[in-house]
Amino acid sequence: MIRRRRPHLRWLPVLLCAGVASAAPAGDPIRGASIYQRCLACHALSYHRVGPKHCGLLGRRAGRAPGYEYSAAMRDAGFTWSQQTLDAFLAAPTQYLPGTSMGYAGVRDARDRRDLIAFIAGASRDTARCPPAQGSEAQ
Amino acid sequence: MTAEQTHRYRSDASATSRRRFIFNSLGMTLSATAVALLSGRTELARGAGTHTAQSPAEDVQILNTALAAEREAVAAYQLGAESTLLTPPVLKVAIQFQGHHREHADALAATIAKLGGEVATPPASYAFPVETLHNQADVLNFAAGLERGAVSAYAGAIPLFANRDLSNAAASILADEAMHWAILRQALGLDPVPGAFFS
Repeated sequence: MIRRRRPHLRWLPVLLCAGVASAAPAGDPIRGASIYQRCLACHALSYHRVGPKHCGLLGRRAGRAPGYEYSAAMRDAGFTWSQQTLDAFLAAPTQYLPGTSMGYAGVRDARDRRDLIAFIAGASRDTARCPPAQGSEAQ
Repeated sequence: MTAEQTHRYRSDASATSRRRFIFNSLGMTLSATAVALLSGRTELARGAGTHTAQSPAEDVQILNTALAAEREAVAAYQLGAESTLLTPPVLKVAIQFQGHHREHADALAATIAKLGGEVATPPASYAFPVETLHNQADVLNFAAGLERGAVSAYAGAIPLFANRDLSNAAASILADEAMHWAILRQALGLDPVPGAFFS
């Protein structure tokens, strides 16, 4: 006998995935703010500099922030920034994405990366640091 | 010097001699990785496996990114200099630091050209958080943030260069920018050197 799945359960995997996607990273954003100082030669949260801005980074397609001129490698990367992709990229940018303009050996320590990602994610939800237009345009 | 101090001094000196003898007799030298391990900075030691650039073209790309940051720093100091927020002695230092960044930019551009690369065109304008700069401390904090970031940027670029001469040159620039950062922190009343290691 074939049992039909209850209709409302069909959406369960989707809802679970959505929950994972929107969950705050497990890192420490306060410690991450300190680590973010390493990024300040090239990046800012809310405006493009030598590197693109970070407001709204998680969930943004790589190489697609409006108004920033990316390397061909980043433009064609074809992935979306998530905790996982950002963690892998930050660990060794030129290894993860050969041809990236981010000529930086990487953030070696996994805890540092986790905290840094938590800071960027938290800042993106903070309208004082990331005004809504800047936080949402990246989607 | 008391007898006890003399004894301690001799003990320390003889211990140093013994260590020197051991290292010399074994023909040992300490690599940077070993130094990092010894000092407890394991994340630095793990960096020993860093992917390095494979070609002059990759070196040129790293240099062009550094050039863009140096040009932006020149523009940032110009903003500070024209802000009328700096006292004359601070303004003098800011102009001096700006000159250093200009020299870095010129050297980087010349190196890119020498390597046969294309020197990236500077942007028409730069975005700076002008609305947050209300006094001298704001300007100094802004500049200190850029310098702090520059230290990390060069520290992160140094292991990547295929041409080790470029790593050497980048280390020289890093040292200069670390001094800028320390002096700016001092001017802000902060500990100029707030730690033993930076990455």
